[in-house]
Amino acid sequence: MASLALREAHGGRLFGPAAVGWLAAAGLSLLFSLLPPRTLPAFLYELPRDWRLPLETWLSASMAWLVEEAAIGPLRFRDLTRALAAFVEWPLALVRALLVEGFAGSGSPGAGPFAAPVSWLAVILLAGLLAARSGDRSLVLLVTGSLAYLALFGQWPSAMVTLSSILIAVPFGVAIGMLLGIAAFRSARFERLLVPLLDVMQTVPVFAYLLPMLFLFGFGPVSAILATILYAMPPMVRVTALALRQVPSEIRDFAAMAGCTSRQSLWRVLVPAARPTLVVGVNQVIMLSLNMVIIASMIGAGGLGYDVLTALRRLDIGRGLEAGLAITVLAIALDRLGQKAASRGERTRQQSADGLLDRPTVWLALGLAALATTELGRAFPFLAAYPESLQVSTGPLWNELVAWINVHFFDQLETLKSALVLNLLAPVRRFLLAQPWPWVLVLLVVAGHRLGGRRLALTVFALAAFVVATGYFEKALVSVYLVGLSALVATAIGIPIGIACGLSDRLWRVVEVVVDTLQTLPSFVYLIPVVMLFRVGEFSAMIAVVLYALAPAIRYTAHGIRRTPPPLLEAGCAAGCTRVQILRHIRLPLALPDILLGVNQTIMLALSMLVITALVGTRDLGQEVYIALTKADVGKGLVAGLCVACIAMIADRLVSAAAAHTRRRLGLVP
Amino acid sequence: MSRPVKLACRHLWKVFGPEAKRVLRRLGPDPDPAELERAGLIVAVANAELVVHAGEIFVIMGLSGSGKSTLVRCLARLVEPTAGEVIFDGRDLLRASEREMIEIRRHRMGMVFQHFALLPHLTVLENVAFPLAIQGVPRAEREMRARAMIRLVGLEGREHHFPRELSGGQQQRVGIARSLAVEPELWFLDEPFSALDPLIRREMQNEFLRLQALLAKTIVFITHDFEEAIRLADRIAIMQNGRIVQTGTPEELLLAPATDYVAAFTAGAPRARILSARAIMRPVDGSCEFAGTLDPTTRVADLAAAVLEAERPFAVVENGRLLGMVDRQAVIDVLVGKR
Ligand SMILES: Nc1ncnc2c1ncn2[C@@H]1O[C@H](COP(=O)(O)OP(=O)(O)OP(=O)(O)O)[C@@H](O)[C@H]1O
Ligand SMILES: [Mg+2]
Repeated sequence: MASLALREAHGGRLFGPAAVGWLAAAGLSLLFSLLPPRTLPAFLYELPRDWRLPLETWLSASMAWLVEEAAIGPLRFRDLTRALAAFVEWPLALVRALLVEGFAGSGSPGAGPFAAPVSWLAVILLAGLLAARSGDRSLVLLVTGSLAYLALFGQWPSAMVTLSSILIAVPFGVAIGMLLGIAAFRSARFERLLVPLLDVMQTVPVFAYLLPMLFLFGFGPVSAILATILYAMPPMVRVTALALRQVPSEIRDFAAMAGCTSRQSLWRVLVPAARPTLVVGVNQVIMLSLNMVIIASMIGAGGLGYDVLTALRRLDIGRGLEAGLAITVLAIALDRLGQKAASRGERTRQQSADGLLDRPTVWLALGLAALATTELGRAFPFLAAYPESLQVSTGPLWNELVAWINVHFFDQLETLKSALVLNLLAPVRRFLLAQPWPWVLVLLVVAGHRLGGRRLALTVFALAAFVVATGYFEKALVSVYLVGLSALVATAIGIPIGIACGLSDRLWRVVEVVVDTLQTLPSFVYLIPVVMLFRVGEFSAMIAVVLYALAPAIRYTAHGIRRTPPPLLEAGCAAGCTRVQILRHIRLPLALPDILLGVNQTIMLALSMLVITALVGTRDLGQEVYIALTKADVGKGLVAGLCVACIAMIADRLVSAAAAHTRRRLGLVP
Repeated sequence: MSRPVKLACRHLWKVFGPEAKRVLRRLGPDPDPAELERAGLIVAVANAELVVHAGEIFVIMGLSGSGKSTLVRCLARLVEPTAGEVIFDGRDLLRASEREMIEIRRHRMGMVFQHFALLPHLTVLENVAFPLAIQGVPRAEREMRARAMIRLVGLEGREHHFPRELSGGQQQRVGIARSLAVEPELWFLDEPFSALDPLIRREMQNEFLRLQALLAKTIVFITHDFEEAIRLADRIAIMQNGRIVQTGTPEELLLAPATDYVAAFTAGAPRARILSARAIMRPVDGSCEFAGTLDPTTRVADLAAAVLEAERPFAVVENGRLLGMVDRQAVIDVLVGKR
């Protein structure tokens, strides 16, 4: 009946049988949400405990076995982990001593440190010189300014702890990533094994990395560093394999013709030729390490992340904001330094001729100068540590600002919040949570089949079934609700901005800087202003997620719109289209695949952020992982983490398939 | 030809695709490529046979995709042939161990690439010295030799430039200098001038001829440009769909093309520059006075001016023996394209 009416209303053309099918499905879903509670048996919403796959217990048990008993001959697994820990512990201790703690004196207690840490002034100077190598004056200003900011606002010691973690994590991440990437480049079989593993690693929420590390290595900076290395490495693997593969085959042939052994061909020809792309990978490792090292403060990384964490726990907004700003400043400085290195790529004749800073003697002299300022610190204390009397604390200021906002705008903010919660959040949540799992599985399988055939349907089914079988279906629905709604809002905001940017170069130049900056900020930082204004809860979480996930929606849309082939635009003009018609009929349809990719990225970022928002009190899968983390429950943490990864992979596969589908329809690929 | 054979290949096949070796063996010694392609394989080189003599410039030419690059890569064993043998100085290269191949490539072979294949992170000097560097030649010595090569190709003063700071022609000069730095006996050039502008290309061809006059290497040169081929070649092999359809001097190809494909290649060629006095001479009828004598190998283009100016024909003489004569009419016939 309804379908008949529709058909008549639209001249019997617009709605095919598929649309009717989807409409019927929506009707059924609505029906489920209107059922009074407990109409359907409970097992349709969550499997009872004894029907579940006891994966958590298995994992916990095998982890315990690994730590307690596993051994190959006389070599116990525990010794292996100790050795591994020592491997990073030593360099870390060295860098920390240099930047933060100083070297302990030998012998008698109370002798004081044998040597003080490097003076803050020397660090700023060295960083400035490093930036000066690029020959870009504004970069020098940015880097020295950022570090000076850290000293001025009393964030120096924490920032140096964070920096020393990064200085250790990045070389390890790059080196291991590169070795794996090289192995993948050389052996197709190894790559086939590695790629799915990397896929999972890049979708598993960050907290899930912390847990096994905590379990294997205990609480402390070493576990934090190891988690950071593990988290930051996957892109380096991919970039390395890709970069090596991109080296022109002629260059590879040349290496053989010159009589290179396979090692010479790799290290003296392929790797240097691939350098410009490899540096992009290094930059990614730096940014991911920074993000993770902040989060890893939960398992003992210390530093700025720890300051944010304690501030959040105590709801001390001022302190949190200060530390958050310090992270931001550090992130931007590191990012720009890395970008510059990436764009500089290769030496130029000028630099090779008079590259003063490339000479080891110069660096030796600089090192000695650093040592000297540090020694002078004994006589002049202001050199050793930035004097407290000159520090500016903005903490109280921020606290007052928050108080002021809460006094003057409390009602408005509260009204906004409750209006949105009542009219949007709560109904969506209720609707989703009312769906029984068999029905959701059916919907996913049908969608998978329509978009990508039997293979995709099977994949999606397996992933979703894992979530159901492990007993996290309800929590997963909460996550889906939070992510779905946030991603929806983010795209609803991001796509129009992206379109505007696609049409106006001037606007894009401004927005690009903002988007770039948003993307360099560690996810932790987003929580602070949100909590400041809306306190804890799902609403705050959602705002943080939206902010974090906004960038790709804008970027990909703008990219897609800007990329419209000029001949098509000319054809549109020639046909007498108005600007609006050109946008609607030419630019937008052609940009659709790009926009869908952006949506995909938005969903992925939203999911990764969602887990972090567990800190501000959500009650979804992320919270489960977080709880597991605080209780050091490995099995639970890993399984809940894998469930998040399942959601991410389902969304990724479906949206990518949809993008491929539209691309085929538009004839953009054969 | 009396010169010794430097490089030869026999029954050489390169077939891309899964299980190519097995399928090829199953189908017998000289299968129909169409049959292989039906089996889902790509035939890049089919049953190639060639002989290159020491000191010769041997040109391989053919249309794009005809398998020239693959053939030359098989000869250098950069690509492992599917079947056949490659004989370099009397021994089968395909039997050489990896270690031996490295030694042979280090000291006895050089290659120049179509897109130069310079290392972007090294200066001109470092690029040219690179093959020596990986052999472990000490820095002072290798830089001295690299400088000599750079001078040879006329790039002195650019030693410290990076490849991207040079023009295409200059980059290829670096490529040439680099391939010569190890003083190879056998020199492969895969379309070395194809990526260059016509004027620069002409200049580089002259440069190449100058170098060869100096160095007398054995050369395998690839091109898809027939004019380039006849300018440089002692002999030319023409490839089509992976097969070598004809091998011969430019004049032989012009006078007796084996197939329509070869004829199509030679159709637009500057005949005066290919044909020699021997090809256009007439028998001497009776006694007759000559304006002068010619060597039978002289190209028409080089004798035309003298013959056209003279009132009487020229005698073609080899080792004091009168072979025939060339008169005005014969030269005019060539110049207007009548023969
Ligand atoms: N690695 C490969 N895998 C599959 N097919 C290949 C491979 N390399 C070359 N071919 C195929 O072999 C054939 C010959 O290629 P080749 O590069 O030798 O041609 P070419 O004569 O050098 O052409 P060009 O003048 O364009 O350089 C082509 O059809 C090509 O597609
Ligand atoms: Mg080629």
